[in-house]
Amino acid sequence: MVDAAAVEARNVSKVFGTGADAVRALDGVSVTIRANEFFTLLGPSGCGKTTLLRLIAGFELPTAGEILLEGQHVEHLPPYQRPVNTVFQSYALFPHMTVAQNIAFGLEMRNVPRPDIDATVTEMLGLVKMAGLGGRRPTQLSGGQQQRVALARALANHPKVLLLDEPLSALDLKLRQGMRTELKNLQKTTGITFIFVTHDQEEALTMSDRIAVMSQGKIQQLGAPLDIYEQPVNRFVADFIGDTNFVTATIDGRAGDYVRCRCGGGLDLLASPIGGAGHGSKVTLAVRPEKIMLKPGDLGTVAQTVYVGTDTNYEVRLGDGSSISVRLQNAADGHAQFTVGDGVAVDVPAGAARMLQD
Amino acid sequence: MAVAAEASHIALVQAAAERRFLLNRRRLAGPATIIVGVFGVLPLIIMLIYSFLVPATYGGVEWKFTIENYVGFLFQRDIFDDTLQFVPDYLQIYFRTFVLAGFTTVASLILGFPTAYFMATRPPSQRNFWVFLITLPFWTNLLIRTYAIQLIIRDEGLVNDALKGIGVIDQPLHILYTNFAIMLGLLYSFLPFMVLPLYTSLEKLDFRLVEAGFDLYATRSRVLRRIVIPLAKPGIIAGCILVFIPALGAYVTPLILGGGKQHMIGSLIATQFGTSRNWPFGCALAFILMAIVLLALLAYVRSTTGKAQVLHG
Repeated sequence: MVDAAAVEARNVSKVFGTGADAVRALDGVSVTIRANEFFTLLGPSGCGKTTLLRLIAGFELPTAGEILLEGQHVEHLPPYQRPVNTVFQSYALFPHMTVAQNIAFGLEMRNVPRPDIDATVTEMLGLVKMAGLGGRRPTQLSGGQQQRVALARALANHPKVLLLDEPLSALDLKLRQGMRTELKNLQKTTGITFIFVTHDQEEALTMSDRIAVMSQGKIQQLGAPLDIYEQPVNRFVADFIGDTNFVTATIDGRAGDYVRCRCGGGLDLLASPIGGAGHGSKVTLAVRPEKIMLKPGDLGTVAQTVYVGTDTNYEVRLGDGSSISVRLQNAADGHAQFTVGDGVAVDVPAGAARMLQD
Repeated sequence: MAVAAEASHIALVQAAAERRFLLNRRRLAGPATIIVGVFGVLPLIIMLIYSFLVPATYGGVEWKFTIENYVGFLFQRDIFDDTLQFVPDYLQIYFRTFVLAGFTTVASLILGFPTAYFMATRPPSQRNFWVFLITLPFWTNLLIRTYAIQLIIRDEGLVNDALKGIGVIDQPLHILYTNFAIMLGLLYSFLPFMVLPLYTSLEKLDFRLVEAGFDLYATRSRVLRRIVIPLAKPGIIAGCILVFIPALGAYVTPLILGGGKQHMIGSLIATQFGTSRNWPFGCALAFILMAIVLLALLAYVRSTTGKAQVLHG
């Protein structure tokens, strides 16, 4: 099998607490994570992504459902019997051990011969660009270095699956951006399946092969970054990933492959129809601000501009008082193309508006 | 120039403020320093002087220098020919005291560690309740609690009656007035002093490290040995010192549960100031105990700092 499943969750639920205090952290989640895949669980805090990761690691046991690692049932195995390793959000490096002792720990616990341990530790230190720092204590390292040690400690065991729990959240922006590329490269060179938990959509979009967007204990959408961004299935996904205009509209006839949607303020949008949305029905459309073009005209006026470096965000007020946000690249000299009070026409390419299920 | 002068002026003002701040902080420790000085250090100096003096007949001292009190710890002077004869009686009491205190410390560590671990792993809102329960025995006087133990373990006590009642034994077990009874009493009185420092250091333990240990294939016992115990070490050391040293000097417990037949250092010293009316010898006994404890602690500190240096190097 080329596309062997590294991890499979079948109808997994997790309830914390009992009675009135019970919290359903995971609600019947089923997902298959392929071997050698960079898989991201993305969602806001409390969406269940970390719970799912902890269930795979074995720190929590599922209330219901099954978890399989390479086809083997593991849902009732303790963490030390599962061929997975975790990079913790806070790194969780052992403060009373040196960097080398930290990296060697997992190998020692599996009674790997000492020469092999030493060789692996040296190899791992090189892999994460920490050669020569094996004798340091974790407290003597910077946040970025601690991060690398945590990675090395997990990878030293050559796990089938590497679980990463928001590993970049404690780093500053520049370091985080550098680590993204490094993590992605590490995943490619080692060929280990990465399951990455994050609430940062940019991280998810840049690194992942596939993303599962989670909310309220459920997977809302599963797909490649491009699919998630371009074709969000519902309002939550469209809202959580990137900026989006939500426009309510009424379907007003067909136009080729698209249906014409009449929004307020004289704006008409062409969108691909989805099941159940017939003539005259009310629908919600999601339009990314950067897909919209502005031209001088009289459909609306620019109510506000926000300069964001390469682009400017415009808030365009339409005739019926509703407003829509538009993101345009600035002119070559850096100036915005329109200023507050300018009359504009709004041009949305056919298909740029996405009809949502709810 | 002006800028440099300004900068140096600021530095001077800052230094002065810092000095004032440090001075004020030192003043905070003033009252405690005075109390320890007057009631702790001063008596020690008096005792040190007394231990080199000759006992007066009805207690007190005669102001004549002698080292006889220290010699008398190990030897008996023959009345007729003035020769020294080695008598290990006092040494034996010291030895037994150290063994009893040692057993008490180990037993309270073995019992206290799981208790402290249990407390530290409760939800934060419940932890204070468990700490409160640990301190509950202090609400009653130690003397009364020790008499209660006596009532429970004596020949006609609760334990023996119960065991006879269910037919395990015919004759009562003689528990009271044995070394075991003393140890039981010491264990009971000093267990909270082990649990509290252990709890304090286990409460600070980052339990994600425990999870990391499990994640790296360590079984429960290995996580305990390689991660939890090393990180709880400050608490273990503090607890052991807080139990071992007071247990060495325990007085009430061996008196009541040992029946005065089983001397420990505390009751031996007390006897010198009481019935024996030999204050200088009592002082010497106390100083010998202090010297042994200090040397042991010093040796311990040496060995651990040495190790730490090797690890860092």
